[in-house]
Amino acid sequence: MTVAPDSHPDLGVGQPWEVVVERGKIAEFAEAMLSEDPAYRGRDAIVPPTFLTSAARWAPPGVRVNVGFDRKRLLHGEQEYVFHRALPRAGDVLTAQERVAERYSKPGKRGGTMQFATVVTEYRNAAGDLVAEAKATFIETAGKQ
Amino acid sequence: MKPGDQAPSREFGPLTRQMFVRYSGASGDLNPMHYDDELARSAGYPSVFAQGMFSAALLAGFANDWLGAANVRRFGVRFREQVWPGDVLTCSGTVVAVSAEAEADLVSVELTAARQTGGVAVVGTAEFALPRNAAPDAAGPAEPQ
Repeated sequence: MTVAPDSHPDLGVGQPWEVVVERGKIAEFAEAMLSEDPAYRGRDAIVPPTFLTSAARWAPPGVRVNVGFDRKRLLHGEQEYVFHRALPRAGDVLTAQERVAERYSKPGKRGGTMQFATVVTEYRNAAGDLVAEAKATFIETAGKQ
Repeated sequence: MKPGDQAPSREFGPLTRQMFVRYSGASGDLNPMHYDDELARSAGYPSVFAQGMFSAALLAGFANDWLGAANVRRFGVRFREQVWPGDVLTCSGTVVAVSAEAEADLVSVELTAARQTGGVAVVGTAEFALPRNAAPDAAGPAEPQ
């Protein structure tokens, strides 16, 4: 399948926002994922692998990037989390920032064009060290032909 | 642990609307397609369906129970089929590579969450760093079996 880079890639960068890793939020998330792991309870709770999705949802208005896709044709294709050092834990204060890392398109299966955008969120500690990265791939399906 | 090793598979479900709602609150994903049946039907779906990230979180929890919540270095998923109320997801995992680091073995695994129909809802890959137990001293006595 041919992958064509867009001629005018719009690789936006969002604004940083503060993420306070809260033990109650970790326990709530663990319960929602049907996990009874004691690692997710108590004052020293660590975060589950996909927990940082909640940090993104609580970002203040205006700081996140907008890939500009039609919501009616928007799919979340892939999601990945990479942890570069010890997992974030209750009490940590991180700084998150999103960027559109990549845009590309492919021909749709029934004609038209599918657009792809990869959004990377970096999570850094107070020293500025990269703690974790989240990578989301969004797809805008081809419009009706 | 070596390539080809498999985790004991685990079933989650039957999944309920209450689980979807709980995940909505925990994650902050308030898309009503996951809890408003009337809206979902008006959009052409037979009912509400699970958040892809909910299924991903179940798969992450399964991998944690196998390889240790504190050991995760990377967790990534691709979303395939939708998951519906009443579905039972079966999670399975296979070791695909093991590489030695200074103080840990980096274990790469492939993960799958499949519906009761056999259809695959989510596929994943992950890396866990398993701390190496005190390496046996070459000159010392063998550990009892």
